[in-house]
Amino acid sequence: MTAPAQLDQPVADEDVTPDTPWVVIVWNDPVNLMSYVTHVLMELFGYSRSKAHALMLDVHHKGRAVVSSGTREQMELDVARCHARGLWATLQQD
Amino acid sequence: MRFKRTRRGIEGNPDEVEAAVLRSCAQDLLVLLGAGQEVDPDPLAALVGMPVGDPELPSDPALARLLPDAYSDDDPDASREFRRYTDDDLRAGKRAHAEVVLATLPADGGRLVLDRAAADAWLGCLNDLRLVLGTRMEVTEDTDLDDLDEDDPRRQALHIYGWLGWMQESLLRCLDPHLPQQVPPAQ
Repeated sequence: MTAPAQLDQPVADEDVTPDTPWVVIVWNDPVNLMSYVTHVLMELFGYSRSKAHALMLDVHHKGRAVVSSGTREQMELDVARCHARGLWATLQQD
Repeated sequence: MRFKRTRRGIEGNPDEVEAAVLRSCAQDLLVLLGAGQEVDPDPLAALVGMPVGDPELPSDPALARLLPDAYSDDDPDASREFRRYTDDDLRAGKRAHAEVVLATLPADGGRLVLDRAAADAWLGCLNDLRLVLGTRMEVTEDTDLDDLDEDDPRRQALHIYGWLGWMQESLLRCLDPHLPQQVPPAQ
């Protein structure tokens, strides 16, 4: 008889925090027109005019606003779409 | 030139000088977007679908503004990795917008009619041109385009910058009829 082979215990060395959301931040810049930023936020994210307008004002007055949240992969896609429209955007873990 | 919505679509009517300035700007943008891509992509990497984009943030501030990092400064490796996969597409999209502008601009000025797709391309290109000029001219929120010093060396470039913004605003109002229809006075 033999003892069953000792298996290595699985070691979790990655961040396993489930569903920790990532966010896309749009940063203020002195060039983009306020009407343009509102337009892009409505088009890209399907936001209502009032929501897009409020986010634009946050960007303008506070210097930044979170415009989207989700998985890292989704947020990378959203950042790429923002860059394609000329918004200055980054993603980070919330 | 300002855009107007008509039965035919979205119409503009640049005069000869306006058309020449726009063409020159769009051509410069195409050259700028090609910068840093002179090296032939590795054919083997392309064959097996490996990313071939330049992973570094462009050293030219204007180009860096068009192609910004995706992650904040504390994670440069993630930004590099992201750029490796996305840089080519981002540049290609912006180039495509500039190509639409060049293709729809009458050679000596005159009427142009845009459908929705072409209007979106114009909107994106006008924005990119303003980002480049604004970055080069170090525009801030305090820059008053209506009150520039007579001897400000940026005067002519900032005049074009203001004119592009006015044009962009008129195009936005054509695309979004719910915006107030009154366009601010010309720069």
